[in-house]
Amino acid sequence: MTTPQQKTVESDLKMQSIGLNAWFGQKQALKDINVDIKANTVTAIIGPSGCGKSTFIRCLNRMHELIPNAKMTGQILLDGENIFDKTVDPVMVRRRVGMVFQKPNPFPTMTIYDNVAAGLRLTGAKKGKNLDEVVKRSLEQATLWDEVKDDLKKPGTSISGGQQQRLCIARAIALQPEVILMDEPCSALDPIATAKIERLVVELKRDYTVVIVTHNMQQASRVSDYTAFMYLGSLIEFGSTKDIFESPKNQLTEKYITGEFG
Amino acid sequence: MISNYAFRKFKNHFFFILCAVCVVLAVVPLLSILWEVIVRGAPQLSINFLISTNANGGIGPAIQGTLILIGLTSLIGIPIGILSGIYLAEFGNNHYAATMRSINDILTEFPSIVVGITAYGVIVIALIGSYSAIAGAIALSFILIPIVARTTEESLKLVPNSVREASLALGAHKWRTTLSVVLPSAKSGLITGTLLAVARISGETAPLIMTILGNRYFFQGLDQPMAALPLEIWRDSLQPYASAQAQGWGAALILILIVLSLNIAVRLASRGRFKK
Repeated sequence: MTTPQQKTVESDLKMQSIGLNAWFGQKQALKDINVDIKANTVTAIIGPSGCGKSTFIRCLNRMHELIPNAKMTGQILLDGENIFDKTVDPVMVRRRVGMVFQKPNPFPTMTIYDNVAAGLRLTGAKKGKNLDEVVKRSLEQATLWDEVKDDLKKPGTSISGGQQQRLCIARAIALQPEVILMDEPCSALDPIATAKIERLVVELKRDYTVVIVTHNMQQASRVSDYTAFMYLGSLIEFGSTKDIFESPKNQLTEKYITGEFG
Repeated sequence: MISNYAFRKFKNHFFFILCAVCVVLAVVPLLSILWEVIVRGAPQLSINFLISTNANGGIGPAIQGTLILIGLTSLIGIPIGILSGIYLAEFGNNHYAATMRSINDILTEFPSIVVGITAYGVIVIALIGSYSAIAGAIALSFILIPIVARTTEESLKLVPNSVREASLALGAHKWRTTLSVVLPSAKSGLITGTLLAVARISGETAPLIMTILGNRYFFQGLDQPMAALPLEIWRDSLQPYASAQAQGWGAALILILIVLSLNIAVRLASRGRFKK
């Protein structure tokens, strides 16, 4: 752990992807991806379908390797430590790097309360913690508390899609991860629910580092501080969101954000 | 256009009626068996019939024996079957599991008399040295395990992968994910499959002839011969006496009632909060 006095420019880096390659069987899905993710920022990953956005963030918490025949090489540093190292347990990586999926996926057999508490229970981390408090705090942070506080005993799947997605965010932040990965969290939601999640994403960066995959460029420009544009498995351009959207250096990026293709 | 429409509409009705007729064809034999068993078996029922030995006009030992067999077989077979099913579904992406899966499928359809002979050779002769209750339970587990393993695997595979991923992404280990997230999601399928398997072994006769043999008295010990309802029905049906045959009908009715009440009891007990 670095103390505040030692804090240098480098220590602002929460995660780093260095020369990351990923495969599904013989098919290479990611080619030499280098991205620096700063602490307490929102980094958006944009690009057309199939460009490897989801694969990239699934490498950041080692979910990619769960797919049969999937492989990855290169390095992902989390606080300077390579999470691909043989001595690193992927389970511990996932404790520190939480994830929210494209389709809301609350546990169907659990209540709203149990869904939020699930992370602590499943990982044996609930010792010495007041579950009620954790559940309340997480639901409040996910701006869902007021809507469900009287229905905590109802099934997690009984609420609307947008609420389910915020429930999944609450479930992820209940474990107090350091980084939250979001894989197109709004793609299954209506505009009002989307707006709520977007406000929430901006809120979350006070406490967490957020990486969000989106195919919606307006969304990227609204919520993110940094943007990475990917195309056909390669990183085309990475920089501050302002630069990417106002003065892209690469022609492909410009074409994509102006809607010429994608 | 119109004639084409009429023809398509006709086909629609035709296939609906065909399906409905086939359902009737499938159900008629079942209902007639059930009717026959009830009509012939019900007059036999009395307290004495349920609790006394054959000598006193009852089938008490057979009822007791069947209940013991169901209990013992479930105790041995369900845990092994479910754990194997979990392995095949959750960890079975390898050659070992593929081989096991094929062998398991063959075992599911294995003639039960062969299972009985195997249990006779291995357990009755070699291990215990006598016809025995435990040999019967082990023989029935040979039949139970592959069915339970298969249905467990099938029910677990129906659980969407997104549910597993949600748990793994929280930093839960694979085993914890399986136990606390996947199994509960597959609960109703697991229970149905297991119940069907237990119902199936409750009526097995052939393996019992070779293992528990039958007994005119109540339970004598796990290493002793024991009575059971299927054996009782089989023996009674071979008798030339009307009274013995009537006893067999009564035993058949009791066997059906046991399986039915087991079914209802487990369903009531496992009715969850999120019943669909």
